[in-house]
Amino acid sequence: MTQIRHHIGEDLLIEYAAGTLSEGWSLAVACHLAMCPQCRQQLALAEATAGAMLEELQPADGPSGSWDALKARLDAEPEPKAKPIARPASATLPEPLRSYLGGDVESLKWRNLGNARQILIETDDETTQTRLLCIAAGKPVPEHSHGGRELTLVLTGSFHDELDSFGPGDVEDADGSVTHQPIAGPEADCICLAVTDAPLKFSSRLVRLIQPILGI
Amino acid sequence: MTQPTQAGAPPPGETSAQIVAIAATQDMAAFEALFRDFGPRIRAYLLKLTRDRQAAEDLMQETMLAIWRKAGQFDPARGQASAWIFTIARNIWIDAWRKQKRPTFDHDDPALVPDPEPDAPERMVLSQSGAALHEALKTLPPEQVELIRLSFFDDASHSTIAAQTGLPIGTVKSRIRLAFGRLRTALEEFK
Repeated sequence: MTQIRHHIGEDLLIEYAAGTLSEGWSLAVACHLAMCPQCRQQLALAEATAGAMLEELQPADGPSGSWDALKARLDAEPEPKAKPIARPASATLPEPLRSYLGGDVESLKWRNLGNARQILIETDDETTQTRLLCIAAGKPVPEHSHGGRELTLVLTGSFHDELDSFGPGDVEDADGSVTHQPIAGPEADCICLAVTDAPLKFSSRLVRLIQPILGI
Repeated sequence: MTQPTQAGAPPPGETSAQIVAIAATQDMAAFEALFRDFGPRIRAYLLKLTRDRQAAEDLMQETMLAIWRKAGQFDPARGQASAWIFTIARNIWIDAWRKQKRPTFDHDDPALVPDPEPDAPERMVLSQSGAALHEALKTLPPEQVELIRLSFFDDASHSTIAAQTGLPIGTVKSRIRLAFGRLRTALEEFK
């Protein structure tokens, strides 16, 4: 295993620990965590800190029947039984990504985009767009800039751009100021998970109609 | 009647032992003791997030039920009981109140990259002594502790915290990063 050099930002990790990070970004954070023991340790520290602060919170009194109500629900509850989770013997893509895709690399249905292929990943998060990208070995994707923030997590292979290089588990955290042309490493196709701020969603039908004309 | 709640946190190790007893024998006395210790604190946490007394009570009850059901998944070697309880309350809040999803990795996933040093000293500090963390927090400047507290207990993204405190978002992020950096350094001294 090569060393991960580009970790998920601590701001994202703490928002993930707090539960305030939305689904799209959380998916990228969770996949990086699956690949990065060091960041799992940071998450454990953040959650332990939250736990310690929970212990120090001034207790809030509730209704007098609170325990009795809980006890009544427990008494009506069947004995807890553990549900076995089916796991494959080996996997290329980590969870929770396989669940989102409905399978591992060999079962994916890609859409062709020239030197790259992509799959749009459906989430309930309207503030982000999430997709799986596969850049052909040694090939560039067209130069582009970002409307907002974009997180790109390398799952297999590698890519480099004018600024740096990224291998499995590495995260590129790019904001609107970055214009770059990523090129996949020559050794293998590069599969990445990319999360971006979604384009604005307008509730007005009129604005939605003229959105393409305005180019927004 | 609700017994008067105590201001002090339960002794270290006690909560862990209660959860283990709930898992092993569905120990109702242990569960009631856990409820007396943590119920009012979980309620306080959820009240901060929702600002709604009824919702805080309902979500606290859901959290306690989830603790009962999932007690068997708690592994004392992996971390503090209070951290585990926090994650359960947080997940109930995200799921039942915010109606959002929070994707998570799976510790037993074959694609998970395992920890090369599971017995490293900083891991031991985290799992063995909650007291060390309380001590480490005391060594931080109050404004840094407050920023960490806001991150966890205020349903506030860092950009919201920036708006509330009037600080630029970059400053909020760097201060929170600094606070956690100091916390790690302080914990090193408890090794």
